[in-house]
Amino acid sequence: MFFGENNLLSLMMIAPVVGSLIIMFIRHKDAEIENRNVRSVALFTTVITFFMGLDLWAGFDNATAEFQFVEKFSWFGDDINYYLGVDGISVLFVLLTVFLMPIVILASWESIGKRVKEYMIAFLVLEALMIGVFTALDIFLFYVFFEGGLIPMYLLIGVWGGMNRIYASFKFFLYTLLGSVLMLVAVLYMYLEAGTTDIPLLMMYDFDVDVQSWLWLAFFASFAVKMPMWPVHTWLPDAHVQAPTGGSVILAGVLLKMGGYGFLRFSLPMLPDATVEFSWLIFTLSIIAIIYTSLVALVQEDIKKLIAYSSVAHMGFVTIGIFLLNTNGLEGAIFTMLSHGVVSGALFLCVGVIYDRLHTREISRYGGLAINMKVYAAVFVLFSLASVGLPGTSGFIGEFLVLNGSFAYSSWITFLAATGVILGAAYMLYLVRRLIFGDLTKDDVKAMPDLSIREKLIFAPLVAVVLWMGIYPNSFLEPIHTSVKALLETHYPAETTQAAASDTSPVAVSSEGAYR
Amino acid sequence: MEFLAKLIVFLPLTGFLIAGLFGRQLGDKASMIITSGFVTIAGIASWFVFGEVALLGNVPPTIHVLDWVTSGDLSFNWALKIDSLTAVMLVVVNTVSALVHWYSMGYMEDDPHKPRFFAYLSLFTFAMLMLVTSDNLVQMFFGWEGVGLASYLLIGFWFKKPSANAAAIKAFVVNRVGDFGFALGIYAVFLLVGSVEIDVIFAQIGQYENATLSFLGHDYHAITVIALLLFVGAMGKSAQLGLHTWLPDAMEGPTPVSALIHAATMVTAGVFLVARFSPLFELSPIALMVVTYVGAATALFAASVALVQNDIKRVIAYSTCSQLGYMFVALGVSAYGGAIFHLFTHAFFKALLFLGAGSVIHAMHHEQDMRKMGGIKNKIPLTYIVMVIGTLAITGFPGLSGYFSKDMIIESAYAATTPGAEFAFVMVIAAALMTSFYSWRLIFMTFHGETRADNDTFDHAHEGPWTIRLPLILLAIGAVFAGWMYSGSFIGDGRFTFWNGSLVTSAGDIMEQAHHVPAAVVWSPFVAMLLGFILAYYFYMRGNDIAKRTAETWDGLYAFLLNKWYFDELYHFIFVRPAFWLGRQLWKRGDENTIDGFGPDGVSSLVAGVAARVRKLQTGYVYHYAFAMIIGLAVAVTWFMVQSGAH
Repeated sequence: MFFGENNLLSLMMIAPVVGSLIIMFIRHKDAEIENRNVRSVALFTTVITFFMGLDLWAGFDNATAEFQFVEKFSWFGDDINYYLGVDGISVLFVLLTVFLMPIVILASWESIGKRVKEYMIAFLVLEALMIGVFTALDIFLFYVFFEGGLIPMYLLIGVWGGMNRIYASFKFFLYTLLGSVLMLVAVLYMYLEAGTTDIPLLMMYDFDVDVQSWLWLAFFASFAVKMPMWPVHTWLPDAHVQAPTGGSVILAGVLLKMGGYGFLRFSLPMLPDATVEFSWLIFTLSIIAIIYTSLVALVQEDIKKLIAYSSVAHMGFVTIGIFLLNTNGLEGAIFTMLSHGVVSGALFLCVGVIYDRLHTREISRYGGLAINMKVYAAVFVLFSLASVGLPGTSGFIGEFLVLNGSFAYSSWITFLAATGVILGAAYMLYLVRRLIFGDLTKDDVKAMPDLSIREKLIFAPLVAVVLWMGIYPNSFLEPIHTSVKALLETHYPAETTQAAASDTSPVAVSSEGAYR
Repeated sequence: MEFLAKLIVFLPLTGFLIAGLFGRQLGDKASMIITSGFVTIAGIASWFVFGEVALLGNVPPTIHVLDWVTSGDLSFNWALKIDSLTAVMLVVVNTVSALVHWYSMGYMEDDPHKPRFFAYLSLFTFAMLMLVTSDNLVQMFFGWEGVGLASYLLIGFWFKKPSANAAAIKAFVVNRVGDFGFALGIYAVFLLVGSVEIDVIFAQIGQYENATLSFLGHDYHAITVIALLLFVGAMGKSAQLGLHTWLPDAMEGPTPVSALIHAATMVTAGVFLVARFSPLFELSPIALMVVTYVGAATALFAASVALVQNDIKRVIAYSTCSQLGYMFVALGVSAYGGAIFHLFTHAFFKALLFLGAGSVIHAMHHEQDMRKMGGIKNKIPLTYIVMVIGTLAITGFPGLSGYFSKDMIIESAYAATTPGAEFAFVMVIAAALMTSFYSWRLIFMTFHGETRADNDTFDHAHEGPWTIRLPLILLAIGAVFAGWMYSGSFIGDGRFTFWNGSLVTSAGDIMEQAHHVPAAVVWSPFVAMLLGFILAYYFYMRGNDIAKRTAETWDGLYAFLLNKWYFDELYHFIFVRPAFWLGRQLWKRGDENTIDGFGPDGVSSLVAGVAARVRKLQTGYVYHYAFAMIIGLAVAVTWFMVQSGAH
């Protein structure tokens, strides 16, 4: 433990804030030099934070389901505390956040030319808030981070976005407003009812069954928008299309995971009866999402829109996994979120690379990149395959676990969701064909150079992680096991024992003569 | 043995990584030598392992390589399991792969992307080896999709051609349909047995003989459901009727690829899968019946299409499809040894035919249309001789390899009393006649008669370099002797010690009965072969236009066969077009009109023309909203402060 154990989580949030303060005071006559210094400080800050994250991972005890690295100070009055900690469900999301940040800064190195200072500050503040979301153990604190994180993201789209950024950021605002108002009401109600905002205590609080449904729906409104789930997903394609590359990476890589994390942290442990009651709703919406958005992805003309729609489909697997309430489902869902964070982030970076060169996202403007951008082509194909869920890449493990978990629950879910795997191959390979393969005919495309050293540096760690997660996923599954087990055993004892009992399981061994 | 096994599997991977990552720095020659050399070493080691494991019976324990996944009760590792069945596959895969690597050095001489090509070939070899050495279903699935990936990359190797790209995607997506079934099969196995490890499944499957499984709302016999789902995977990979449409199009890839992947090895993975799971299939007569029917139907269907194709590679592709049907017939009637034996001999003679066809194409300046060939047997005599050997082998000429394995299948189909066996027997006899006809038609149209090629091409037709000729000779030797040498072990008296429990038959020993069928049955494939030859000779060697006139008389049937029973058109009409249409409808009408229309767009237009004002004021509003959010948060914070103070 290089950074100490006692307030590592706070340090991880303070570091980017300090970084952004330093950036604020950087002044130089020459704008070029000023921007270079700003970028360097931002990169340095995020790298330091990443090392803190590694420290956190190394010091994390896989054997306990208790919260670790806990910090607790009285904040407002008696009830509201500054209360942080991580368990197996959250620790890897923190790691994902700090892993992606230096990559994002590096990816924005040349493509962001205007208001570099503000851009970097926005990102660093966003990083602190994202870490806050995944580590907050006070529901009020969580709400502040959760909603606060929207502001820098909103600005990133609205200020550094593309042509239609106002519409996109407005849509983003409207959707999330709906969710957050309802969630705030639920949070207030819980506080008044239970008399505490302490998340571990709330997890143990027994809310009345009728109340649970209302609370569950209020949280659902917020998390479903964040995921996003069908039919509240339409903000995502627009937000992605308009966001700058770095914004898209963080949006797909981390912000979407907050919805899934919210379900895991609040809905499942705090509202178990309502969770069981509404799981049919989740399964229905998820399956529609998988098939519907996969078909929509098939006909997209804009690269970013296509990848955005594919994200909605992948998140469908996540929501299915979470609400299966069994080990494979939950672990698969968490793993899918981590994998998707890396893979979709990488795919948006890939789009950024060619967008920087040709300034268009229109698929038909490209073609034949395998001829003049060989390294790029290889990288793009690899990430596409990971997105498709090819075994050996990170994308496979999560999907496989979720689908395996779902088969015990209902083979219909598996059957319908697995069609998404076929459609996924179709739309991704169709994209690869149009971008990477084919002949190189257009003059401006011919002139595009292959990846620069900086760009290779961006992709190298992503490639490594995608393969690592695919070949030796235990590194990432082991921290998850104990917490998932505890979650299921504490809050869903009925579901856990039910699956083992033969009378309700879909397998019947003793039925002689049913066949033959 | 452990070292040897790891060497066999991971040398090709190393070759792939070296040629793939450093191919440009190393140069063409070094990349080719390294990949080919590595696979050749793996090939020699495979024969050693084959001798040790299959012939001497020293089966090593499963070799653990690396942990893979543990989640709840589900756990599986990277591991190498080598028994007789695997040993046979190792020999087939690495032998053909090594020869194809060497052959490609000559064949791909003028291609500017040799390191990439050889890297893909080695990647394919690695994935195939992972598939056949797997000790669990998931690693098998890894190999399964890995070979699919390599196949995708190699079919689309000449990626400037739109047709090659289309074929590559088609191959991958159609295979995914099969993989969909395979994956569901894995989940079903896990649900039933609680493990995906092959040894555990086999040890426990007996106790689930009468178990039922709820699948899509109904209770079915559990093992039948599993076997059929796994078989869907096998159908995709082995191009069986319904999921076969990708294989002929896969001929867009370079010819050595067709020989290795789309004839000798990858497409036989489905046969391997069913054989590997013989203990499971044996417990489901329904599944075996389905396998029999599908195999028999494919054998006849593909042979019928091959009768009229004009592209030399497509003829051989449909021939492969048809021969795979034979193998499934053998599996369906529980003659597993016969299926694997045919897989083994087929690998030699079919790779030989493909590489021979490649040699023809090479000589004819990349012409593949047999209508523009003819009369070149004296120009490329070696190719001609080996192609005739391959043809004799595939048609089952007595003494050559195909004779032993194919006749075994036909006799087993006759001897079997299981449902579908009778149908299968009729189909494979009919297919044998067609096989003989289309195979000799190929020889006659390509090598005999007056040439139909232009003078320049004809004059310059010549044999390839030794890297092309040597693999042809070696494969020809295999095509001649493989049957005679190994029939005793694979399907003869030595079969029990040879297979050593890796293939299981529960009820009776069909191959024993197959040795005692009536003489008429024994002679029937020979008669079919002879008839096919005579017909082909009569149609194509008499120098008349009888072939043309027959096609004109039966023009409906001819068009039906020439267009491959219109499967592509049908699938395009019921799957591809509706998918794109639906996608567009959901996007435009669903997302944009309905969801956005009633959602954000509707709301914003309600809010007193906000949208219009937004357009005027541009960025100003961005900060307004951000400010609104901050205010909102501040209100919430304040409220909490007041509340918690009051508590």
